Amino acid sequence: MTNFAPVSAAIGGALIGLSAVLLMLLNGRIAGVTGVFAGLIDPTSSDRGWRATFVAGMIIAPLSAALLGYTIPIPHMPASLVTVAVAGLLVGFGTRLGNGCTSGHGICGIARLSPRSITATAVFMAAAIVVVALTRHVIGG
Amino acid sequence: MRALGSLVCGFVFGWGLFISGMIRPDKILGFLDVLAIPSGNWDPSLAVVMAAALAVTTVGYALARRRTPVFAAANEWPTQTAIDRSLVGGSILFGIGWGLVGLCPGPALENLASLSPGVIVFLIAMAVGTLAHDVWYARASTPSLTQAKVADG
Repeated sequence: MTNFAPVSAAIGGALIGLSAVLLMLLNGRIAGVTGVFAGLIDPTSSDRGWRATFVAGMIIAPLSAALLGYTIPIPHMPASLVTVAVAGLLVGFGTRLGNGCTSGHGICGIARLSPRSITATAVFMAAAIVVVALTRHVIGG
Repeated sequence: MRALGSLVCGFVFGWGLFISGMIRPDKILGFLDVLAIPSGNWDPSLAVVMAAALAVTTVGYALARRRTPVFAAANEWPTQTAIDRSLVGGSILFGIGWGLVGLCPGPALENLASLSPGVIVFLIAMAVGTLAHDVWYARASTPSLTQAKVADG
């Protein structure tokens, strides 16, 4: 059975877009979580405040949903903690090297019709699809 | 005021990921599993989320281009245009990590709300990967290249 829920997907997507637009209209910044995170943990960073509150807002969101009666999902990860750590290293290094992730390239960059971001998104999607095909259907299948 | 503005933006972003189910790694992997299309088990949610987000962002950015931001002097649009080895290589590494567990940076941070051990391990590793890149990059590059590193996202 598939989990597909098109209405909540469309509403959620529209909210993500609204957030990206608001951050540009208010602060003049791209809503890219890679840059937000890197600027937050960089010891030489001098512009942490807005990044810290952006992340705080993200974490408060599911907590406020819990107050409204939603359940905070416990992320189900089909892999050992070693795999999780390796994946985290790859995501941290790769997003920084490629200068963006699903939000910065996938949403903000494609919305600007940036060939750089369209390329990045196509490449990371393709790489992830290959990995899932291998882990689910070749190794795990 | 900039901190307040981005708090609201982070909150809206977080609700978007939450409502769409995109904070759940199993939903992400369900989308990436394209070999499940023939059996009807594929989950197209991420495509719908991106389409809706792009529709809103494309229109909103057109509006934003014509005005100065409320709490800043100017909009900081990304300036890089090169499609180079860093962009492609970095995106390959990111895609491999994303495909392994179904977490990208936004949902990983938001999932801190659950205090799940797996997420904490992932985030520590992600921070190490990020800092490792920055140390490597500072050593490998000339000052002019370092200045050119303006984030796309």
